[in-house]
This record gives sequence, C-alpha cells and structure tokens, in this order.
Amino acid sequence: MRTFSRFNFASVALGLTFLYVPIILLIIYSFNESKLMTVWGGWSTRWYGALLGDGAMLDAAWVTLRVAVISSTVATVLGTMAAVALVRYGRFWGRSLFSGMIYAPLVMPDVITGLSLLLLFVAMGVARGFWTIVLAHITFSMCYIAIVVQSRLVTFDKSLEEAAADLGCPPFKTFMVITLPIIAPAVVAGWMLGFTLSLDDLVIASFTTGPGATTLPMKIYSQVRLGVTPEVNAVCTILIALVATGVLVASIVSRRREQERMRAERMAAAGL
Amino acid sequence: MASESDGRSRGLARWLVLAIPYAWLLILFLVPFLIVIKISFSTPVIGQPPYTPTFDVSGGIGSLMASLRQLVVDNYIFLTKDALYWKSYLSSLWIAIASTFLVLLFSYPIAYGMARAPRAWQPTLVMLIILPFWTSFLIRVYAWIGILKKEGLLNQLLLWLHVINEPLTILNTNWAVYIGIIYSYMPFMILPLYAGLERLDNTLLEAASDLGCPPVRAFWQITFRLSLPAVIAGSFLVFIPVTGEFVIPDLLGGHDTLMIGKTLWDEFFSNRDWPLASAVAVVLLVLLVVPIVLFQNQEQKRAEREG
Repeated sequence: MRTFSRFNFASVALGLTFLYVPIILLIIYSFNESKLMTVWGGWSTRWYGALLGDGAMLDAAWVTLRVAVISSTVATVLGTMAAVALVRYGRFWGRSLFSGMIYAPLVMPDVITGLSLLLLFVAMGVARGFWTIVLAHITFSMCYIAIVVQSRLVTFDKSLEEAAADLGCPPFKTFMVITLPIIAPAVVAGWMLGFTLSLDDLVIASFTTGPGATTLPMKIYSQVRLGVTPEVNAVCTILIALVATGVLVASIVSRRREQERMRAERMAAAGL
Repeated sequence: MASESDGRSRGLARWLVLAIPYAWLLILFLVPFLIVIKISFSTPVIGQPPYTPTFDVSGGIGSLMASLRQLVVDNYIFLTKDALYWKSYLSSLWIAIASTFLVLLFSYPIAYGMARAPRAWQPTLVMLIILPFWTSFLIRVYAWIGILKKEGLLNQLLLWLHVINEPLTILNTNWAVYIGIIYSYMPFMILPLYAGLERLDNTLLEAASDLGCPPVRAFWQITFRLSLPAVIAGSFLVFIPVTGEFVIPDLLGGHDTLMIGKTLWDEFFSNRDWPLASAVAVVLLVLLVVPIVLFQNQEQKRAEREG
C-alpha cells in the first residue's frame, strides 16, 4: 500500500533543490573571476589566492579552529557524563532541574545565552577573550552532546553492564570496556556536532569575546555587512567542503562498522 | 578494608559523574539568567561595566533589603513607553507564528514523500536533509543575499524568463526574512515529521479505504492526526528560536523589519545600554517560558517512552 506517487517524488525533489541550490550557487560564484557577485567573469581561483594573503582572516580561522577543538572535546566529556546520569541514575534530587538545563539551551535564543554569559563574566571579573568563548561554547555544546549520547544509551542493553558488575568488574572499567565502545558512535557524532556548532556560532561568540579574539564567523559577518565579496564566498566554500567531507566520511565509516557488527552477531548466533 | 574504601571511591565517582555537569550548568547556565534579571533592575552609567549594581549581597540581609527598596523598574517602564519595544515584540511573535506555519506547510509534503519513498532510499534522503544543517547557519543565510539582491541571481533569472519586466525588491524586506527563516529552519521541521510519519501504521489507511473513506478524508483523520505530536515538536523547534532570531533579520531584513533579537543586539552593541538590553532579554524570556516548558515536558516524555 505504500505508494511513492509522482506528487511525493516531486515534493521531495523540490525540497532538496530548494535546500541545495543556494549552497551550490555560492560555491560556483567563489570561482568567479569578476569582483561583482552578480556578473560572471569566467572561472578563476583568484579569491582563494587572495585568502592566503589575508592575515586577519587566517588568524580568525586559527582562533576558531582552536576554540572548536577544545570546546567540543571538553563538552563531549561533560555531555557524556550528563547523559549517563540522566539514563542510569533513576530519580535523584533536582532531576527535573538538571534535565531542564539540558533541554533549554537547545531552543534558547542565542542573544539571551550570549548576553547572560557576558554579564556572568563581567560580574566575576573574568578577562574576556579566547577562554570565555571556549567556556560559552562548552556550555551549549554539552547539552546537544548529552541528548545525542542519551538517545544511544536508552537503546542499549543494560544486562551487559550488569553481567560485568556481577563478574566483579569495577564501574569505571565496565564503562571503559563495555559501555564506551557501544556508545562510541554517538560520542563521536556528539563531538562532531559540538565542533560544527562552535565553528558556526556568531552571536554567542560576539557577546563573550574580548579584545584580540575574533572568530571566523565574526570576521565573515563584519565583511558581509560591508557587502557581498567573492573572498567571503571562497572562505565559505572551504568551510562547506571541510564539514561535508567530515560528515560523509563519518557516516560511511559508521555504516561499515554497523554492518561488520551485524555480521559478527549473526556469526555468533550461528555458533561459528 | 580494601573493599570499603573501594566502595567509598565508587560512590564518590558515581556522585562526580552527576555533580560536575550539574555544577557546570548551574554556574554557566542558570546563574547567568539570575544576573540578567538583576542587571535589568539597575541604572545605566558611562563606564566599565556600564551599569551600577543594584544589589549588594556582601552587606548581609540588612543592606540587601535596603537595596531591594531601591530597585529600579525604570527599564521596564521605558519598555512600555517606547513604541519601538512593544512593536518589536509583537512583530517578532507575528513573524515567528507565520513562519512556523509556512515552514510546516512546506515541510509536510517533503517529510511525507520521504516516508513513502522506497526503503532503500530513506537513509540517503535523511542524510541529504541533515547535511545542510551541518554547514554554517551564517553561510546559508549569506548565500541568499547574492540571490535576492536587486541585481541578484533570482531577478536575473526572472527577467531572462520574462516573468517580470523590472527587478523586484526582495532583499531588505520582510519577504527576504521569511525566505531566510523557511530555508534555515526547514530541516528542524522535516526530521521530526519524517520520524513520526515513517512509523505510521499503514493498515489503518487500508482499512479506511476498504470502508470507502475518500483518500483526502483518510489523510486528515488518520495520517495528519497521528502525526500531530511530531507537528507540535517541530513547531516548537522552529517557533522558539525564530522569535529571538538575530542573524536573519539583520542580514536579510530592512529598516522596517523589527525583531526583538535585533533590537536587543542594537541596544547592547550600538547604544551600550546593558540594563535596558537585559530588560529586553527578560521580557523575551517571559514570552518564551511557556513554549520552552511545554517543549521540555514533551521531550522528557518522549525520552521516557523510548527508554
């Protein structure tokens, strides 16, 4: 009875076209020889060359990369801990406050999160800059990561952990040897999500930064306010290419691992 | 002896797994909101930081009570007096409601088509919907500037097709804001809708058609009704962040596009009035508290159902 009608096909095709055309146009126009975004002057890598000579842009890229790596790594540890507590600890004091604080940042407008963190840093007398951006990014990333890891933990067979505990395995070792390898795909996906969220953030970084720490989105934003330039298209194209490659490689690897795992399970079931 | 200290360290480790993220969120998520509320009641001054603190907890209860009596509600009174603010709130709410509805309208046929596509295609289709979500939000909004400009690609195409005789002004109007919101937030709606529609039991539709129910009526009474939880989840995921959206109205909107996220940003960065910006944030939060709490309850119920 499941029919894939022409109407269904057309709506999916149109939807995907709508999602991809702007990105593809942006990539094509980053190779435009002309300085004007709207006039096609032939293919050229001129703007990529200009990018290499733009010290401020390269500095911003370096700051962004460091912020993203540090914040997503710390956030993965904190987010995984939060997920374990949410799934395995049953009822504890302040549970609804805790899960509320995990879910709220997902929908909280960035301007509110950014303003509130800035006021915290001012109230505590912390010098703003690189590290305050890192702290801010850890805070929102860990919530996304907690939810990704949580959804994997709830589907995972608890009896494996219980068997290990019955055989005298200490909890930390059980976690490292049994739990972590099973939830690893979700932890890796969480890290990647945290990394791209950090790479992407303009509003929260603008509020929490100080002198000397300009991230790539802040740099792109200030250039865009001055007008559309092919150089910005070139930066954006590089970012898109990096993220798309990362996501595709990760999904292929995880699909292959999943297939191997299923094959191993089948063989075990067959008694081989 | 050894097992006793072992047990104690286990208890400690178990406690730390909860306590560290809990403390982190209390300090960096909850406390900042309390500070925003506090500063929204203080007076702006020229200096660094540009406000005079209103509460002084260091002096104990007595001085706290004294400072409570001096609470400045001026910022809130100002918000009601200046038309800019309540117009921004109303216009944000209106744009958020209208665009949530538009996102739903465009996303439903896509999610429905995905759920009915051949099984083998579905993981790839989901991947294709998620992939733009991984690429930068700022970049995706920026891409529309080159398309919607007066001499942009859309106008060039329409002129070339002779659909229009002179270029349309779309960029820097509310039209561009709607296009930007629909474009950026569609994946947030498609994914929960797809997850809901994909699980739908087909035998219900078969039964309805066997009993002579026309397909349109069967769609409304069965498919749409059963997908309502997904519709609500997706609508929250779009409505709440769009209400406070800054990047889209700033880059695609015009001077007459009033959205509260942009007003807050301007108040903070251009006028440097931190207490007023805080008051704007508090009122925005009050507007969003009901949808946020509803969203959380729903997500928690869903997590428990699946667990």
